[in-house]
Amino acid sequence: MTGAGLAVGTAATPRTFGPLTRQMFVRYAGASGDFNPMHYDDELARSAGFPSVFSQGMHQAALLATFAVDWLGPENVRRFRVRFLEQVWPGDVLTCQGVVSALAQGEEGRIVTVDLSCTRQTGGLAISGAAEFVLPTGGPDS
Amino acid sequence: MDEVGTPFEFVVERGKIREFAKAMQCDNPAYDAQGAVVPPTFLASVTHWTPEGGRPPHGFDLKRLLHGEQEYVFHGAPPRAGQRLTVQYRIADRYEKPGKRGGTMRFAVMVAEFRDEDGALVAEQRSTFVETAQGPKEDA
Repeated sequence: MTGAGLAVGTAATPRTFGPLTRQMFVRYAGASGDFNPMHYDDELARSAGFPSVFSQGMHQAALLATFAVDWLGPENVRRFRVRFLEQVWPGDVLTCQGVVSALAQGEEGRIVTVDLSCTRQTGGLAISGAAEFVLPTGGPDS
Repeated sequence: MDEVGTPFEFVVERGKIREFAKAMQCDNPAYDAQGAVVPPTFLASVTHWTPEGGRPPHGFDLKRLLHGEQEYVFHGAPPRAGQRLTVQYRIADRYEKPGKRGGTMRFAVMVAEFRDEDGALVAEQRSTFVETAQGPKEDA
């Protein structure tokens, strides 16, 4: 990945995740260490006024990160930022999308800035985000 | 600002990266290799290493607490499996805004700095926490 084909406005092929399951929330809890019971204890979540458990915001942020690194490279990420906007529930199907918002030349290589989003099947925006990747120059096709 | 936590060690482990990659439904081979880099949001798992007093309290009412934003900054390629990092948390900013239905929303920006074996800053995690003006049940 050297970014030879990237321009402002270039969009990645969207990727969907889900339907999400409680097991995914538990797996993320163990991986991250976020053991807030609102994400795996239905009884507790209902007693707090929610219809069921809901996903960790950082879980969908991690799914959005998967989408971004598979596009622009795990080693190349330099900045990754998310805003949590809407809750995500068991059974949701999330669609991750990204578009190049800026390109610049930096010391390390070509800096690609992208806008990212993670949308629920309802159309509701769960997460908006942005990221910066540095694509190394000097490769055979750069 | 003197709201800082006690520095502590965070060892970046290959097995933990592999586990995290699975939780993020990522089969990218970069995360299952000797010296694998960490995924963009992996440093959230610093929770597993944070001791008592490692993180200064935001002091917000947990019933009104929201996680508003999260950001990771990497100064060069992300940290790799096998690195021993030193982490220090601090509250970098506090501010308030009027709530939409009265009251005051309070914000705290919690920053964790990750330094390598030579003391160089290699990554930062910035979390914005929000205490809403009213609890979710009072809104109804």
